[in-house]
Amino acid sequence: MHKENTGDAPSAPTPRVRHHRKRNTDVVAGAGKPNGSHLLVNDSSKYKSFLIRAYSTVWMIGGFALIVYLGHLYITAMVVVLQIFMARELFNLLRKTHEDKQLPGFRLLNWHFFFTAMLFVYGRILSQRLVNTVTPDKVLYRLVTSLIKYHMAICYSLYISGFVWFILTLKKKMYKYQFSQYAWTHMILIVVFTQSSFTVANIFEGIFWFLLPASLIVINDIFAYICGFFFGRTPLIKLSPKKTWEGFIGASITTMISAFLLANIMGRFLWLTCPREDLSTGWLQCDPGPLFKQETHALPGWISNWFASGFKRAFKVKDFGDSIPGHGGITDRMDCQMVMAVFAYIYHQSFVVPQSLSVDKLLDQIITNLTLEEQQALFTKLGQVLQEKVIGS
Amino acid sequence: MEKDLNQNSPRIRKLRDNGYPPNTPTSRMNNNNQRDNHPNSPRDYNHTPSSPTARLRWRNRSNEIPTEVKRGNASNVRNLLLGDKNKYRSMWIRTCSSLWMLGGVFFIIYMGHLYIWAMVVGIQIFMAKELFFLLRRAHEERRLPGFRLLNWHFFFTAMLFVYGRILQQQLVNTVSSDRFIYKLVSGLIKYQMVICYFLYIAGFMWFILTLKKKMYKYQFGQYAWTHMILIVVFTQSSFTVANIFEGIFWFLLPAALIAMNDVAAYFFGFYFGKTPLIKLSPKKTWEGFIGASVATTISAFLFANVLGQFQWLTCPRKDLSTGWLHCDPGPLFRPEYYPLPTWIASFSPWKEISILPVQWHAFSLGLFASVIAPFGGFFASGFKRAFKIKDFGDSIPGHGGFTDRMDCQMVMAIFAYIYIQSFIVHQDYSVEMILDHISRSLGHEEQKMLYAKLGDILRHKLQGGF
Repeated sequence: MHKENTGDAPSAPTPRVRHHRKRNTDVVAGAGKPNGSHLLVNDSSKYKSFLIRAYSTVWMIGGFALIVYLGHLYITAMVVVLQIFMARELFNLLRKTHEDKQLPGFRLLNWHFFFTAMLFVYGRILSQRLVNTVTPDKVLYRLVTSLIKYHMAICYSLYISGFVWFILTLKKKMYKYQFSQYAWTHMILIVVFTQSSFTVANIFEGIFWFLLPASLIVINDIFAYICGFFFGRTPLIKLSPKKTWEGFIGASITTMISAFLLANIMGRFLWLTCPREDLSTGWLQCDPGPLFKQETHALPGWISNWFASGFKRAFKVKDFGDSIPGHGGITDRMDCQMVMAVFAYIYHQSFVVPQSLSVDKLLDQIITNLTLEEQQALFTKLGQVLQEKVIGS
Repeated sequence: MEKDLNQNSPRIRKLRDNGYPPNTPTSRMNNNNQRDNHPNSPRDYNHTPSSPTARLRWRNRSNEIPTEVKRGNASNVRNLLLGDKNKYRSMWIRTCSSLWMLGGVFFIIYMGHLYIWAMVVGIQIFMAKELFFLLRRAHEERRLPGFRLLNWHFFFTAMLFVYGRILQQQLVNTVSSDRFIYKLVSGLIKYQMVICYFLYIAGFMWFILTLKKKMYKYQFGQYAWTHMILIVVFTQSSFTVANIFEGIFWFLLPAALIAMNDVAAYFFGFYFGKTPLIKLSPKKTWEGFIGASVATTISAFLFANVLGQFQWLTCPRKDLSTGWLHCDPGPLFRPEYYPLPTWIASFSPWKEISILPVQWHAFSLGLFASVIAPFGGFFASGFKRAFKIKDFGDSIPGHGGFTDRMDCQMVMAIFAYIYIQSFIVHQDYSVEMILDHISRSLGHEEQKMLYAKLGDILRHKLQGGF
């Protein structure tokens, strides 16, 4: 996920630190200078940084394309790995080594909560697909359905044991530190898992619903950078002194257009538009639905573009980590993606998929509580009832 | 007591300016010492009748009084010594407010589900207010107008989201008679997630736009704090409300068990308390803990029997009406008769006892209430110690704030909800029952939709070779 800024810092040779900080984060570092001198247009060695960044971007895009080709399961695996890295960066961020030495096992608690959250979130999202995968095997089927039935209870017990463990490890002089860590852990897990769970939900609805929003963010970034590079003059917001209105508006327009085009292109591939009903990895065949038969795909593109532009916020005060050369850490890359994933999921659930809540609820109950034979019996009986109604009315 | 210290001394003024709780530190300490030092607080598992000097050392929940205040309060020692008389007064206050609360709860239960829901919402608002107020610092607050409003915006969004999800079925059932309102309501429900999301995003953008240069850390801290508060407050209250509409029994029993556990622990600690339980709460003892566990589990068994006989308590409420309820309570509440063994039967008037199957479930609830739920109390104690606060608030005379009362209830409510959803509801599914449910609650169009979707799923499964 290549993210650029609308404008880059002018690199006087001394603040090299600022020069390589591509996310405009440095309210701390760059606070002293007046805004005008920060714009990329005035930067002389900007071309060199441009090359470095472009190089790592190309690698990331290549790797990403490969994963998309491999399929839903691999994309989910990639998301999970990204999550683990993000969580690790964020967990490390506010830890203080001095206190940590006096609290052995406290880090383990973080990962315990991480594991519980993962079980909970992916259990909910993928339960239906999991069931579909193991349907042929009787024993596994029964095992899996009962696990799913008691899924909430299992996750809750895990959470409560973590909670009790936390209380038992409270040490006398360190209450404040431990409570802050506890709250921080919760916030991190919520932020990381909300977006990744929505991302995975989108993926299994059809790679299209994951790929399009992600690409739009990337395109928005790139075009904001390019427009700022060539035209940037007026600063956008005090928080990010290097972003400019020209970059913002230029990016909005280009993203809108490319959303239009991208949706058209992507919508032609069954691999991207079909939902995945189980956890297999083979090719997909399906009837993609009326949405993809049309030639235009205007509205969602427009809205998602607006969001992509609207959320180019860069308010961190330092990089979250240094996993990716030239780009900061994983969290730096993913921050806008997070917001986008949530929006895409909600948009999809509300406007794209025809929903009826009571039908879905009942369907859920049927699937989780009846055996396959019972479901088939229900199906035939329901068919008869509907037939009678049609005949009778 | 407040007259003993010069209110206008620079030190006191400085303390007040730093955003200490509204009462002056000294008066608050006095009040709370009076409250804490009286012997009948149900939280004191181990009551040690203490000499007046020992009382000084003996802080009820925490030793968070900052050193500046401690140093300057020599005159307060005199006041504490004289405070012996006040312990009866404080006990009286505490008993009075307890009785009022109890009476109010009974009244609300009699009134019904909708009113209990309103009470829960009211308690939530108070709790949120206490907690929002807790870590605010007056100095920064003055420079950020409108920041408090942001908290309430998020509160409102969370309320819309949570209750929209939990009560949507009930809401739909209430308005199903009127076509127009029905369409309006189902439209709102369909887009509920979007509406709440946009409200949240609006708040998020508002937050970003109000970030002020030197106050980033404070503002972000407040933002995170707001989220944590809302999550804690709304998770438990939403589960409570879900329990209520499942049947008042499922709200009343867990709450009563927590209260029972408190009271029993106090009495066992009072009479037998010797070994301290946990460093966080120095007055809790193992004897109190174990005795209370036994007592709570047994009373869970008995309570469930008593409460399970009222249809008002056991019937689920399917809509938002307030009238009387009649229903078939389900197999859980139908008494089963077990003959007593002969050696008991010979000298007792009853030949058999009736047990409601739900009583066995009540065992687990009682066990949880006595073993795990107190950790909610420990958490709150630790939290208050960590952040050097005495009480979460002072809304209830003699008891502190709402959060102080509710800390164990919160943990219990969540457990009750999950227990109910996993082990109690949905026990008796059969094809006929579901068919019946379908024909009752779905319209013709929806039934066809269900049929089509079910057909798709079954076809997928039967294609095999996954």
